[in-house]
Amino acid sequence: MTTSRLLSLEHWKGWLWAMIRFVLITGLSFVILFPIFQKVSTSIKAKGDLYSAVVVWIPQNFSIDNFKEAIRVMDYWATLFNTFALSATTTLLTTASCALAGYGFARLKFRGSNWLFAGVILTILVPPTTILIPVYLNLKSFDLMGLMTLIVGKPVNLLNTYWPFILTAITANSLKAGLYIFIFRQFFRGIPKEVEEAAYVDGASIGRTFSRIMLPNAIPSMVTVMLFSFVWQWNDSFYTTTYLTSSKVMSTQLSSLPYNLAQQVTDGAASQADPFYLSMIQDTGILLAILPLIVIYLFVQRYFVESVERTGIVG
Amino acid sequence: MWGVIYVLPWLIGFVLFFFIPLLASLRYSMSTIQANAEGIAIQFNGVTNYIQALTVNTSFNRALIEAITDVLINVPLIVIFSLFLAVILNQKFRGRAVARSIFFLPVILASGVIMTLESTSLIEAVNQSSTGGSSLGTFELENLMVNAGVSDWIVTYLSSAVDRIYQIVSQSGVQILIFLAGIQTISPQLYEASKMEGATGYEAFWKITFPMVSPLIFVNAIYTIIDSFANNAMTELIRDTGFVKFDFGLSSAMAWVYFLAIAIILVIVNIIFSKRVFYQD
Repeated sequence: MTTSRLLSLEHWKGWLWAMIRFVLITGLSFVILFPIFQKVSTSIKAKGDLYSAVVVWIPQNFSIDNFKEAIRVMDYWATLFNTFALSATTTLLTTASCALAGYGFARLKFRGSNWLFAGVILTILVPPTTILIPVYLNLKSFDLMGLMTLIVGKPVNLLNTYWPFILTAITANSLKAGLYIFIFRQFFRGIPKEVEEAAYVDGASIGRTFSRIMLPNAIPSMVTVMLFSFVWQWNDSFYTTTYLTSSKVMSTQLSSLPYNLAQQVTDGAASQADPFYLSMIQDTGILLAILPLIVIYLFVQRYFVESVERTGIVG
Repeated sequence: MWGVIYVLPWLIGFVLFFFIPLLASLRYSMSTIQANAEGIAIQFNGVTNYIQALTVNTSFNRALIEAITDVLINVPLIVIFSLFLAVILNQKFRGRAVARSIFFLPVILASGVIMTLESTSLIEAVNQSSTGGSSLGTFELENLMVNAGVSDWIVTYLSSAVDRIYQIVSQSGVQILIFLAGIQTISPQLYEASKMEGATGYEAFWKITFPMVSPLIFVNAIYTIIDSFANNAMTELIRDTGFVKFDFGLSSAMAWVYFLAIAIILVIVNIIFSKRVFYQD
């Protein structure tokens, strides 16, 4: 009798917790998804529905005019292509260079390597704002210690090209690269030493061991780093708005969207524009900018979540 | 020997794009910089820029203090919240995969531009006010807690947390991932053993999960601090001073004060945690 009552008490406790958990998770999921739903709902409304008191979520008159307008103002397809090219390039280069550095710091210790790793940590800790101006001036007249003057005759201006991104990516110093090196280092440290030693005994060189044995094992951490780096590059407004003022990539287009809208939708007379209508197109623009990321995420999310769990992010 | 080759690309980049600029920025912060036809003329002027930033400039102090208060308020919330969610998302229940992918969505969506545009969006504002905006029942909650004798500032802190739930959720994606990864490395035998001894889930959390993930609490606190310092009103001000007003010297000085403030906070956090963190080995 007592046991069955205890059992049922346990049962009720479990049930209650499941209920609380369900409410919590659903509620928070709703908080996360709400802005996206709202944008979708706004973007498919016709202009007239904005003022209709009947319309809350589902519009009376479906319309894709907002999309047409946002695509026109943002020059969407060219922007999409540029952003994709930029993000993909930096992602591949960053992953490669950070994997090398991470492996070097984890397994190929040399004199002073701990000091250099402290340098990696320093790059994570110093806010990018602190070094922004010297880097900017450096890129504006890029000289590489007089090397450029020797070849071309004068320093070259790398601003408004993709070179700043490519150069920093090759040298593992792009956006948040310190974090990626850290992730790779943690991961490579977690792989048993015996694996490597067996390869050496079989006569594999260090380079071969790295590319044939260690890298295939590092795929979970590579997925993590690639996804982070792609997404953060895609969303980054800090570097892009500094280095790429005239080039069309998603984040610069987004940050100038309110201005462009006021200019183009109303032919410059901003006072005539209906602010609600502009806001509606702006929301559509945001939706269009994050849509490719959401689509990619839908495809890789399962793999991503699993891979992060298996990655050595854990200290 | 081989290690140097593997690290070399990073080292070149570190020197070119980090270390030299860092020194240059320190030098700029103590100079008057004039741009002319031949490039820029740099003239040493001591701590003038720092004095100007701290005493003359009208918005610097306010922006700095706001940035720091923001961090002090948000970091504990984000860390506790993400630990709580990681524990929940680690339990077995139906729809766990879906829940996880939704909670990591903010990792992808949280970005400077989108956030800024969102806060200026009229439609968002109107929808908020029509659905009651921030009144997620906080008013009643506040009354309840005040009547129950909870101290005033805790009430304000918690209710403001409820009001900023979206901000907190959207900044916790990476932290939840890190905690979740950490919890999954804890050996299940520990939980089994504690269950045999008759420990409740609550006890198991405080006696096993919490000590085992305590190093990650430290990691997450640091990450959250850095992350929330990366993009805020302060960085905007530093950029504006540099690239709109072209006062590179003042801008660098601000950036250095800012960096020192972050460094001090990190040192304090480090001291607090180094005594309490439990390491398995």
